[in-house]
Amino acid sequence: MAELTLHAVSQSYGARPIIADLSFTLGSGEIGCLLGPSGCGKTTALRCISGFEAIQSGEIRIGDELVSRPGVMQAAEQRRIGVVFQDYALFPHLTVSKNVAFGLRNLSSEAKQARVTELLALVGLASHADQFPHQLSGGQQQRVALARALAPRPRLILMDEPFSNLDVELRERLSMEVRDILKREATTALLVTHDQNEAFSMADWVGVMHQGRIQQWDTPYNLYHKPANRFVADFVGQGAFVRGQVRNARQVETELGMLEGLIPSDCNPLGCAQCTRGCEVDVLLRPDDIVHDDDSTLLAEVENRAFRGAEFLYTLKLPSGQRALSLVPSHHNHAVGEHIGIRLAADHVVVFRQLV
Amino acid sequence: MAVTTPGTGLIAGAGWRAHPWVVYAACVAALVLVPVGVNMLSFLRVDGDMLGHLTHFVLPELLVNTFWLLLGVGLGVSVLGVSLAWLMAICEFPGRRWFEWALLLPLALPAYVTAFVAIDLLDFSCPVQSWLRQAWGVTGLFEIRSRGGVVLVMSLALYPYVYLIAKSAFATQGAMALEAAQSLGLTRTRGFFRVALPMARPWIAAGLMLVMMETLADFGTMAVFGYDTFTTAIYKAWYSLFSLPAAAQLASVLLLFVLVAVVIEQRSRAHMRYGAVGRHAVSRRIPLSQGLAWLACAYAAVVLVVAFVIPVTQLAFWSWQVMDQDLDARYWGFAWHSVALAVMATVLVGVTALLLAYAGRRHRDGAVPWLQRIATLGYAFPGAILAVGFFIPVAYLDNWLIDMARAWFGFQGTEILKGTLAVMLLAYLVRFLAVGFGPIDSGLQRITRNTDDAARSLGSSTWHLLSRVHWPMLSVSLQTAAVLTFVDVMKEMPITLMTRPFGWDTLAVRVFEMTSEGEWERAALPSLAMVVVGILPVLLLTWRTSATRH
Repeated sequence: MAELTLHAVSQSYGARPIIADLSFTLGSGEIGCLLGPSGCGKTTALRCISGFEAIQSGEIRIGDELVSRPGVMQAAEQRRIGVVFQDYALFPHLTVSKNVAFGLRNLSSEAKQARVTELLALVGLASHADQFPHQLSGGQQQRVALARALAPRPRLILMDEPFSNLDVELRERLSMEVRDILKREATTALLVTHDQNEAFSMADWVGVMHQGRIQQWDTPYNLYHKPANRFVADFVGQGAFVRGQVRNARQVETELGMLEGLIPSDCNPLGCAQCTRGCEVDVLLRPDDIVHDDDSTLLAEVENRAFRGAEFLYTLKLPSGQRALSLVPSHHNHAVGEHIGIRLAADHVVVFRQLV
Repeated sequence: MAVTTPGTGLIAGAGWRAHPWVVYAACVAALVLVPVGVNMLSFLRVDGDMLGHLTHFVLPELLVNTFWLLLGVGLGVSVLGVSLAWLMAICEFPGRRWFEWALLLPLALPAYVTAFVAIDLLDFSCPVQSWLRQAWGVTGLFEIRSRGGVVLVMSLALYPYVYLIAKSAFATQGAMALEAAQSLGLTRTRGFFRVALPMARPWIAAGLMLVMMETLADFGTMAVFGYDTFTTAIYKAWYSLFSLPAAAQLASVLLLFVLVAVVIEQRSRAHMRYGAVGRHAVSRRIPLSQGLAWLACAYAAVVLVVAFVIPVTQLAFWSWQVMDQDLDARYWGFAWHSVALAVMATVLVGVTALLLAYAGRRHRDGAVPWLQRIATLGYAFPGAILAVGFFIPVAYLDNWLIDMARAWFGFQGTEILKGTLAVMLLAYLVRFLAVGFGPIDSGLQRITRNTDDAARSLGSSTWHLLSRVHWPMLSVSLQTAAVLTFVDVMKEMPITLMTRPFGWDTLAVRVFEMTSEGEWERAALPSLAMVVVGILPVLLLTWRTSATRH
């Protein structure tokens, strides 16, 4: 198992840049994820790392070994990187055990058999060893693909939208299982996905990608609560922006009340402590930052509601006409058009400079 | 550290440097264009008398004959093919499962075989008409050696093309379209004519154009009936008038017809993609009421009996009669030549098609897809055109070679390439490349880029990938391509007849010779042999369609 390092990697097709200046490090045994909408370049990044595509600038290292830089490229078959494809790409003419054994060529037949048995047990498919891929369900095929990729003990596992072909329920269960398997094998792994639930439940580190660039490389918790820019704030989780006015380095006032927390100095090069202008900013409010309180004097109109079982997600119209979201336990059943009492319950503040 | 440049070998990828594949595809495409060019160039050396003779006496009759032939066969196969396809794909009645594949059996019967059996059974002096005369006093009821007779025989022999393709169109979208139409208040009958039939139009058109090409290309049936069309005229110009330019000029007129059919067919195919909506819906079939069910059953049975059972029975009967005297060493010689030629052509077609498919895999964009399309156009070219189109340049090359050989080595012979199988194999290659290319290419398409990448990420070298992944995954496609090509070459008549070297008589040639002498019984044995071999692809086809359904 080894560390993966990308340094300033770029790739383009003709004049169109696909990935630009991509840099991150994934520690040995860690699980990383590139998260982004389709066409953001995440799959291309994966193909560059796996050695199916050359890069035009920067470099890629696995452990201490340099595997890609412009003009030089270690062949994919020599990289010892396991890949799990979106469509699994199992070999249809081989049984499950022969699929898993495909990458084990330099072992004795006993050692090969032992490794195959071990992996099939790990992914829970020991009883399916002699079946062909088309006889398996989607989830089972997925696990065969994982076992096949893990079998030669690769330095790194790459997974391209690994759960996108599965139904929602199976997706959640399997992502947990796969995380367990990867951790048990102590494998360094990188997956790409457009599904943040998948990213959050699998990965130690997530890089949000947009237009070929990593917007933020961080833990799932920080991506949600401390987004580095508007795109990340928008793409990860739900929320709404409400106008606010900076009072000082730790306070910003909105029509919902005063929010306290460290305000980053991105609206003024001197920082907000020195700022006396009372800058107008946009404050990100997550649905869990606004709670329903019947005693509150602050009223908002219910404009829309989505029932989610345990809770309602209300879209609220504030007195000024701005919109905000609030997550409310589902026994507070309010009709559209009703005015309900709300208050702020945020323990930190996320602000962005207003868009002009 | 082992370092390679990206994208070497046969593996899919965006490679710009590997031009050899493009050059190869261009060469194969050029091979197809040779006969086209040669035939067109024939107008440069116009023999005034000959051209006058052609335009005054030959062409008008050929054009009229061809027009009625295409119209009649087109109508015949449309009615037979579409009605049977609808019954088999949408309706349910006793015996349907069995008829569904049995109705493909006439594919195994070359049209020229059906033709001479029909003439023998239905001619004035033959059993059916004699019986009608004696029992009922009916005379002059019909004349089988007529335009109607040719149209009837060709329709019975070729309807499976339309049947097969229309059936798959109806099966994938017919029932759903019909249900949608019914939910909007149309009756079933109106639903069929207003919705299901128009939706299936691109498929039917594609099948119909294949039939048109086969009809234009047909030589054997026309020869048996003595019905003059372009193919027989080219043959006559070649053998009776000994005029290569006249043959080539006729061939180029025929080529114009063919190109129209090709354009229509390709456009229909493009529409087929847009027409395929929704998932493959397994809707419930419409159960026919008892009376209708029997009617449907009887209809299918009559078509099958007339198009297949009677001809084969008659062939078997004749064969049994002449077995003792005909099944001699010469017969085995014909069979051996047929098999040997078919094997050579199959290997040639298989290898060329495989490489052409790989060229497309290496270069998905740019010129190669176009070159592939041109290279596989040969299926539309009648054998007579190809025979003329390759004989002329090879003869020219031969003369040049002979001059050279004479000057340098004191060569005494009169032919070098002409006496070999070269012209014949080239013509076979062009004519049947599409037959081999289709299954191989679609087999190769099923091996996705991810499959390649998966093998490489597991440490496969190019050779390992080809031998352990591609070869086993392609084997069924290769076998299919081989069987289809083999059978088509066995049945092929005009190319074999016109370009075979001395002593290379095949079963098809024997059939031609015996039928042109009117010795139907003695044509039966080689015909039967071809029918038996010809059943192979029909079995393959039914096996494959039932395999994809489950």
